[in-house]
Amino acid sequence: MNLDHSILTLILLAPLVGAGVLILLPEREGARTHAITALVVTLITFVLTLHLVYYFNYAAAPGSFQFEQNLPWITLGTAGSGIRYHLGVDGLSMWLIVLAGILAPIGVLASWKAIRHRTRLFYTLFLLQQVAMLGIFVSLDLFLYYGFWEMSLVPMALLIATFGRTENRRRAAIKFFLYAFIPSALLLVAILWLYARTGTFDLPALQALAAAHTISSNPGALLLCSLAFLFAFAVKVPIFPLHGWLQEAVSEAPTAAVMVLAGKLGLYSILRFSFGIFPDQSRHVAPLLIALGAVGIVYGSLVALIKTDLKKLAAFSTLAHASFVVFGIFTFTVLGVDGGIFQILNESLIGAAFFVLLGLLYERYGTYEMRDYGGLASKLPWMTTMFVIVSLAAIGLPMLNGFVGEFLILSGGMQAAVAHHTGWTVLATTGVIFSASYMLWMIQRVFYGSLGHRPNEVTGWDLSPREHAELWPFVVLFVAMGIFSPVWMRAIDTFGAPTANHASTLSSQEAR
Amino acid sequence: MSTNLLAVLPELLLTLAAVAVMLFEPLIAAGKTRRPLGWLAIFGTVAAGLAAFYQLHIINLHGTQTAFYSTLQIDPFSIFFHLLIAAVVLVTLLGSLDYFEAPITHGGEYFALVLFGATGMMFMTSSVELLMVFIGLEISSISTYILAGFRKGRATASEASIKYFLLGSFATAFFLYGIALLYGATGSTSIAAIATGLLTTQAPRLALLAVAMIVIGIGFKVSAAPFHVWTPDVYQGAPAPVVGLMSTAPKAAAFAVLLRFLFNGTPMLRDHWLLLLYILAVASMCIGNLGALLQHDVKRLLAYSSIAHAGYLLVAFTATQRDAVSGALFYTAAYAAMNVGAFLVLTQLSGFDERVRSLEDFTGLALKRPGLSALLGFFLLSLIGIPFTGGFFGKFYVFSAAIHGGHTWLAIIGLINSGIACFYYLRLLAAIYSRPLTDTMRPLAPRRVTAPAAVALVATALATLGLGILPNRLLHLVQRAAPQTITTTVSEVAPR
Repeated sequence: MNLDHSILTLILLAPLVGAGVLILLPEREGARTHAITALVVTLITFVLTLHLVYYFNYAAAPGSFQFEQNLPWITLGTAGSGIRYHLGVDGLSMWLIVLAGILAPIGVLASWKAIRHRTRLFYTLFLLQQVAMLGIFVSLDLFLYYGFWEMSLVPMALLIATFGRTENRRRAAIKFFLYAFIPSALLLVAILWLYARTGTFDLPALQALAAAHTISSNPGALLLCSLAFLFAFAVKVPIFPLHGWLQEAVSEAPTAAVMVLAGKLGLYSILRFSFGIFPDQSRHVAPLLIALGAVGIVYGSLVALIKTDLKKLAAFSTLAHASFVVFGIFTFTVLGVDGGIFQILNESLIGAAFFVLLGLLYERYGTYEMRDYGGLASKLPWMTTMFVIVSLAAIGLPMLNGFVGEFLILSGGMQAAVAHHTGWTVLATTGVIFSASYMLWMIQRVFYGSLGHRPNEVTGWDLSPREHAELWPFVVLFVAMGIFSPVWMRAIDTFGAPTANHASTLSSQEAR
Repeated sequence: MSTNLLAVLPELLLTLAAVAVMLFEPLIAAGKTRRPLGWLAIFGTVAAGLAAFYQLHIINLHGTQTAFYSTLQIDPFSIFFHLLIAAVVLVTLLGSLDYFEAPITHGGEYFALVLFGATGMMFMTSSVELLMVFIGLEISSISTYILAGFRKGRATASEASIKYFLLGSFATAFFLYGIALLYGATGSTSIAAIATGLLTTQAPRLALLAVAMIVIGIGFKVSAAPFHVWTPDVYQGAPAPVVGLMSTAPKAAAFAVLLRFLFNGTPMLRDHWLLLLYILAVASMCIGNLGALLQHDVKRLLAYSSIAHAGYLLVAFTATQRDAVSGALFYTAAYAAMNVGAFLVLTQLSGFDERVRSLEDFTGLALKRPGLSALLGFFLLSLIGIPFTGGFFGKFYVFSAAIHGGHTWLAIIGLINSGIACFYYLRLLAAIYSRPLTDTMRPLAPRRVTAPAAVALVATALATLGLGILPNRLLHLVQRAAPQTITTTVSEVAPR
């Protein structure tokens, strides 16, 4: 049986059906039924995503999509193609889908102990979040994409509102939702405007129109439209200075939710839709975004340096890492774009591993406050090892994955043809030093030195087998992606090279 | 044929059922349950709905029908509203069959009044003659005035009824005065004759004044700002199932009148009434949403939300294309499904004496009533306009129509408003799903959800979901309904 045309639908259906099953399962206090079911469902989804890796065609024409499914869905009655159920994958989204696939079972494991009440609600929302996220990565119809984009907010907001850590949870949830929703309203206007001009919601069709410069003859309107797209995505990433929602949401959200909270959805959307439909306009605003990226790296790192709450530190480290990606992709060089996409994977993995570890610490000692810790290395050797590995990956130690991404991005920054970029690249490079500072300082304060009062009062325990199972996939991936990066790069480059080259041909045309 | 009884078949059946309910009411001893009367009413509504389907069958064969000296017209447009009103009334009746906890003396009147009101609303949507519209409007309004005060003996109920009655009569007077002036200007009260009369009128200013008055009268009925002030108080005082009904069905009928009147009757004055609708739409969206931000009573909150939704609907009116009118119809249907659904949940939660009212009462609701909470959450998400719900597709369709018509700015205002709106819906949703701060939650209605109410809830939820993911069937129907109403408009405006 050839699964190629239905595999993406199956990947979406698996968690959706799983969520339906979870709702129907009766809930008993203390029972693990829902967690086990969710684990099985997420593992099945992960296995399904591996189909993409195995059958991915590296020789496909640039800009084409694979595993496509394209069916008519809603006929709007006016002229135009209406709304279609159009799914597809290319070098950009393939690894992101696999990444979402592998993070989900780890997320379930990470919630095993942390979530003991209202498990039905928790895992149902978690799986719905998974559906929305996968849907974002595979949709090639703007209406369908927008559907998943908005839908992803709901389970996340509810997870924060219901399972948040402190009394501040409702506020954090609403803030998160509003920050994402209002720019999305403008995104919808832009999508509808595009539809009014072109009569289609189909991404490949729009890309073709954009390449032929026939979307609209009004450059001002087109630029505004592209800004509406970019703004909605930038808030979601978040790009400095739109990160107002990040700290509270990260600090409240349970581990499984925070793992997928920031970064990849917005960054993917920029690459797919902003670059896809508005290549010229994206280039036009690139200098600004490069500057914001560089500032974001330094700003995020500096703020992380002064935070003593571990989760808040992680929030700003996320900001810094996401800014690295923004910086890379907006250089519009092959190295920058490729490195940026690779760094999305890194950033998600490292961030997720870090949040899992923080969650484990919190389960033991009930605090994220760094001052309460100290000297844990003597008590929890495995935990310390894991923390150090994750930190080294985050810092960008050669042989680990973070190095590959950062190196490519910074090289891309130096190559970029636009003036003033060298200065921003130098600034961005300093971020590497700062990130080493806050991570290592954090390690030193939490794990070394004299024993803090919290570990003194509470008996902690080292990693259990389940916790090992949560963390080892990360370690393996860090090393594998650091050493065998071409395995990943091969697919990424099928997207990155045409995107960057398209932009550079345009710039050379303009120069003439 | 002038006395074409087919044209009034749904109305006729509803009236018969209502009269039967009134006749049987005294036969049931005081203190006994009025449930059989409710079933009778439900039976009548189902019959009316089937009659509307039969009408659809007839016009498929023979084309548009007129009756009673061309005062009534049966076309896909009116059949759409007949079906919609019948559906809303049906789920309301199902959901409120067991609403009266202790059998009360006047229970039968409730069912009869709902049916009488529905009759009036149906007349409004099928009449193409303004005096006939007025009669329908009065029948529907008077029923709702009484229904609003149905929880007798409570101060808020009396306040609701009196306020609604006084302000409603005032608005109806505006409407009637508008008809009179228009008669003066064009020599007719028939919508088609008005359209031709306006071309040769000697008193264009009088006609403009008349149109403005009619729009004001309708604006009151649909609770568009700035004619909205009655809405929060009335919704707060009226029984929850009645609010679900009166926030959807009479509004749908009033919007139908507005569509017919503006697009068929006065297309040549479009530039003038468009300005009026801009103001109404923007004011309703902004006042509705900003007002809702300040509310703590959930019914008041939903009242302001309904003002805002009237504003979104008015956005559709500003586009002239066929899609725009079908957008209005689609939005009416989606709004009816989700809003009736939300009020049905409130009915089930709070019971006749309204146990849960404020946001605090809803805190932690999901722990006690997970099923009802999930349904209410779903309806709230649809009201916000989250994709894969009817509310989203309705908004999408309306704003798409506005942008097609060149009103991008209106779409931006509308969608930013929907962003503001999600704040208050979300506050309620977050309250429902968070843990209660104290253990002093008010006791909820003790009884379980009865089977008819469960059917009604599931039906509204499925309708809301279905309109969001598989809207093709309804789109087809509303697109069929649209050209009938605006053929004259398109030809008038097309040269532009």
